Amino acid sequence: MKAPALAFLPIATVLLAAEPPIPAKPEYNRDVRPILADACFRCHGFDKNTREADLRLDVREAAVAKIDGIFPIMPGKPADSEVWRRITASDKDDLMPPAKEHRQLSAREKEILKRWIEQGAEYQPHWAYIAPAKAAPPDVKQAGFVRGAIDQFVLARQQRSLGLEHAGEADRATLARRLYLDLLGLPPTPAEVDAFAKDAAPDATGKLVEKLLASPQFGERMAVWWLDLARFADTIGYHSDNPHDVWPYRDYVIAAFNENKRFDRFTLEQIAGDLLPDATLQTRVASTFNRLNMRTQEGGAQPKQYEAKTVTDRVKAIGTVWLGQTFMCAECHDHKFDPVTARDFYALGAFFADVKETPIGREEETIIVADDATLAKLKSLDEALAKTRAKLAERVKVTEPEQPFWEFDLNERIGSNPKEHGIPKDLVAALKVEKAKRNPKQKQALDDYIQRNHPLLAPVRKALDAAEVERKRFFDPLPKTIATVSTAPEFRTVRLLPRGDWMKEDGEVVLPTMPAYLDAKSGDAANATRLTRLDLAKWLVARNNPLTARVVVNRLWKQFFGIGLCKTLDDLGTQGELPPNQALLDWLACEFMDSGWDVKHIVKLMLTSGAYRQSSVPTKALVQRDPENRAVTRAGRWRLDAEFLRDNALSVSGLLVQKLGGPSVKPYQPAGYWENLNFPVREWANDKGPDQWRRGLYTWWQRSYLHPALMALDAPSREECTAERVRSNIPQQALVLLNDPTYVEAARAFAGRIIAEGGDDTDERLAWAWRQATQREAKPDELALIAKLFEDHKQSFAEDAAGRGTLLNTGYAPAPKDANPTELAAWTSVARALLNLHETITRS
Amino acid sequence: MNLEQTRRTFLGRTAQGVGAVALASLLGQRKLLAATGAAPLGFKPKAKRVIWLSMAGGPSHLELFDFKPKLAAMDGMPMPESMTAGQQVAQLQGQKLVCFGPQSKFRRYGQCGAELSELFPGIGAVADEICIVRSMTSEAINHDPAHTFINTGSQLPGKPSMGSWVTYGLGSDAEDLPGFVVLVSTGPGRTPQPISVRQWSAGFLPSRFQGVQLRGKGDPVLYLQNPGVSRAQQGDIIRTVNALNAKRDALVDDPEIATRIAQYEMAFRMQASVPELTDLRDESQSTLDRYGCAPGDGSFASNCLLARRLAERGVRFIQLYHRDWDHHSLLREELPLRARETDRACGALITDLKQRGMLDETLVVWAGEFGRTPMSQSNKGSPGRDHHNKGFSIWLAGGGVRGGMSYGATDELGYAAVENVVSAHDLHATMLHLLGIDHRRFSVKVQGLESKLTGVEPARVLHPILT
Repeated sequence: MKAPALAFLPIATVLLAAEPPIPAKPEYNRDVRPILADACFRCHGFDKNTREADLRLDVREAAVAKIDGIFPIMPGKPADSEVWRRITASDKDDLMPPAKEHRQLSAREKEILKRWIEQGAEYQPHWAYIAPAKAAPPDVKQAGFVRGAIDQFVLARQQRSLGLEHAGEADRATLARRLYLDLLGLPPTPAEVDAFAKDAAPDATGKLVEKLLASPQFGERMAVWWLDLARFADTIGYHSDNPHDVWPYRDYVIAAFNENKRFDRFTLEQIAGDLLPDATLQTRVASTFNRLNMRTQEGGAQPKQYEAKTVTDRVKAIGTVWLGQTFMCAECHDHKFDPVTARDFYALGAFFADVKETPIGREEETIIVADDATLAKLKSLDEALAKTRAKLAERVKVTEPEQPFWEFDLNERIGSNPKEHGIPKDLVAALKVEKAKRNPKQKQALDDYIQRNHPLLAPVRKALDAAEVERKRFFDPLPKTIATVSTAPEFRTVRLLPRGDWMKEDGEVVLPTMPAYLDAKSGDAANATRLTRLDLAKWLVARNNPLTARVVVNRLWKQFFGIGLCKTLDDLGTQGELPPNQALLDWLACEFMDSGWDVKHIVKLMLTSGAYRQSSVPTKALVQRDPENRAVTRAGRWRLDAEFLRDNALSVSGLLVQKLGGPSVKPYQPAGYWENLNFPVREWANDKGPDQWRRGLYTWWQRSYLHPALMALDAPSREECTAERVRSNIPQQALVLLNDPTYVEAARAFAGRIIAEGGDDTDERLAWAWRQATQREAKPDELALIAKLFEDHKQSFAEDAAGRGTLLNTGYAPAPKDANPTELAAWTSVARALLNLHETITRS
Repeated sequence: MNLEQTRRTFLGRTAQGVGAVALASLLGQRKLLAATGAAPLGFKPKAKRVIWLSMAGGPSHLELFDFKPKLAAMDGMPMPESMTAGQQVAQLQGQKLVCFGPQSKFRRYGQCGAELSELFPGIGAVADEICIVRSMTSEAINHDPAHTFINTGSQLPGKPSMGSWVTYGLGSDAEDLPGFVVLVSTGPGRTPQPISVRQWSAGFLPSRFQGVQLRGKGDPVLYLQNPGVSRAQQGDIIRTVNALNAKRDALVDDPEIATRIAQYEMAFRMQASVPELTDLRDESQSTLDRYGCAPGDGSFASNCLLARRLAERGVRFIQLYHRDWDHHSLLREELPLRARETDRACGALITDLKQRGMLDETLVVWAGEFGRTPMSQSNKGSPGRDHHNKGFSIWLAGGGVRGGMSYGATDELGYAAVENVVSAHDLHATMLHLLGIDHRRFSVKVQGLESKLTGVEPARVLHPILT
């Protein structure tokens, strides 16, 4: 905890010290723009509020036009270009950037600018706003590495641009573990590793990938990625953070990946599943996507403010999830760096002006997620209920002589228990009024009471109670979700909010329109029929949309290589990274669209590539030359995501309960963790049945108090769309993996397995246990260390009955019968060590 | 295992191991952090650390700090419409707005003669050490966004909290404790507002700068306790894991492994240092009496004492929450209870820090997320006041803040700040300044924008209140 940010700096700087060669033909996007953007645009760019000397260098027309008798840039002639004169000026008053600025140009940067001006100062539009082109894969060959187009692009960059070698191919055991973890989020069993290692078929990897893609756990694994993006959570997020019913959406996502729903269709269903001409229950559930925004039930919250927040949330969602654009900047003003205007922002928000919702308070579920037979049964229950209600509505005629009897009875009840008689106030008041003087309301109150208590109606009332109970019993457990319901042809008015101020009511009214900079025809929309969410969704996955396919394949790449081809996963705008291997990114994007947006196809291409099969261990030279692995000179390695860490421990321990979908579950959570929640006060109840041992993705997602184990391991709160999880390495993670009952219980169960399945003697068991945890054979020195731990703890636990009792009673899973407690405790220590190994928790 | 060596390895190698995003953000900091030594981030620091007392719910400035005779005189009369027209209202939306006179008496305290509520004799006793700001404002008018605003400078979730910013910028002197610690206590009242962990989130900063909650009940830090194994046995396991990890590192050359080893060591040390920290048995009875707490009672007073102990151990940012200041009704009945729960300990904390020579280097801030309306609200029982963001009071002490003064003022009804208006961004800028950080240059590049705790609009350091 001691290290402040600045402690890292000298080292971080050294990493980038080796300067690449100066390109012979500088390209604007690749070479020139980054320099201008960093050093010049702040005063000579798009922002008119900060522009100096009326000069802008971000558009060619302005940069090459004469102002005050001089040319900022004279294409072909640096000597006649004011820009060149200024950046090389010896006079401090003339020098640009001004001497007082922190940012100064290096000799290399100046040389690049000079060459670029000499060669004509050609500008390029931003790379990501031009539709991707599918270049032919470079003609490079390397046996054992090049297995397809991906490798040709990767190798070409390694060899031609960087002169780099790459790490060799990983061994089969490593590759098997990698494939299982990447595709299922679960480790293979040693037997599965062996099967793959022994498979001599030339396409063994392809076969394994096919097999894993067909496994239902593939959908669970991919859902984790998508649920972060979709901001899926079980609670509303703000203030009281109460639950909302949306888990059927999670199951929709799992199913979509499993059935390989084409990504274009996946998009349509989530944004406009209710508007599709062939809408089904499933597509309506998909449309829950639009309703996953944070909400509040706070007293005194302003509906208009939260209406504005909802607009912001949805525009951000479209920008983040599909377009990789940072639209939120435009909530208050035109974007400072990208061409998106505040008008674009609110015009995108207007697409959602038909979503039926209440800005403040509890949102009712809109659909029941059940098959036709279930719905028919519910209908019949409802009809029976209505019929009984109708019967009760036929009132009994109360006769004259009967009336005093009822009044007497009532007064008696009140008199016998004046404090808690339970008779409504208005009825008590009515009784006090003389019969003749009662007004119609008072008469009604008395009659209602008689009807509710009349013995003649007792059987009907009984029938009604029974019908209500039956219906409730049937209805309550039915899965429901808050899906999108359209109010069309009614639409909320969406206004441009100056500076994002929701109290302003005089902003321009905007209609649904695509951002002008991405869709040249968007201006025509004003005159045509009002565009819908379906139009928006179709535009997102239209062939000429330059962003969506790139954004998606880039994120898939990140899933399997550890870093995106463009490393800024959420920003393909001008402030994002210019992808070092854009040709590969674009090829994949085109291939994705050409395949009909086939996710499994792209995943298979990536995972059967030579690039993927590399070892993750770098040579010293690679660490030096390619420190961030941007040239894919080796495989990625990273600590497993929070959910998969849990899955891994449960799987190795044998506790994992494999069940697809259903309501979210509650694994062990420290008591009192919710003590600072209120309205109402709540306590988490650990699941006691099989749901205790479900996969991590099913964990109840409480936005304001995310499960502390998930949180310590960097799972996002999902208050907003998240394209990339941070991956930290902090002491709380050690505490979770060592002491969280989930992991202690897993270790205890793993210990039971070691004794039962690991062989007869200690050495055999140690080796077996090691292999279960890491899926590789242990080395002798490794075995020696855990053997010592085992022996030491066998001794210490023998003397500590209380301690081992506590240890072995952690969690609800039953302890194995007949096990010697001291042995079991000592093996639990071994299991805890194994489950905490960096290797065990790392995908490499 | 050699501790010092491991730490060096950790520091030395993490840079290679940081993810792409962190690397980029660190490089973005290069200019800002270029200088090293005593004033790495701008100025010579006066404060080394911060203790921030968050009075959650929105304490009423009108009963506690900001006496308004005119409001007393207008009690029961309509609030002048000219003041309230077009302004945000929370629960009083659409209701008749009626003046509600101060419900507590005020008196003068200290040499400086500060005017404070009689409910605050403890704080009054240190009046000469504190600076009362009577012109505080907030953008937000509901609890959740208002907390988020004063903690992160933005109402929108996702930004780092100030404690994260400060530990990110300065690191921490605490060897075996997190650099940013949060403690929450709750009044035994009726409607404590929820507090989300978002309030101490590191946002887009690396997770290790997030606040760690120290809990009053159960494990003081989550998952701190060993599962039935002794400390020696836990040590065996950690040593075995670390030794095996070191072997692995030799083979695969993964810089994350050195960090992992260091973090397991840190976790193990925390398992000893946190119980030592929270064990108040080594405090004298007179100290406990002065704060007004009993060990293990989980009270605000205990937390104040823990705050002093955390400060002694070098923790950089200590944030206390005391919940249940949300007095929409029963103000007269409930407010004195909250005052009694907190007042004495606040005073004791200041005195204790001063006696130990720590007040000069510890900035203490007392603030709610907003104040309360001069208008009455009475949905249940006796009247209270609604949320109010146009003007309220906070106080600061120590760490380079001038004591015995007040700054800023609200209008004669205590509705709007009219003199030396202070925003949360100004407050943050001032805090950073005292810590030696120039808030204008303390930024992290996020999605192309230089994001700052103090936001995009100009913020000012409150120089008049500094020594």
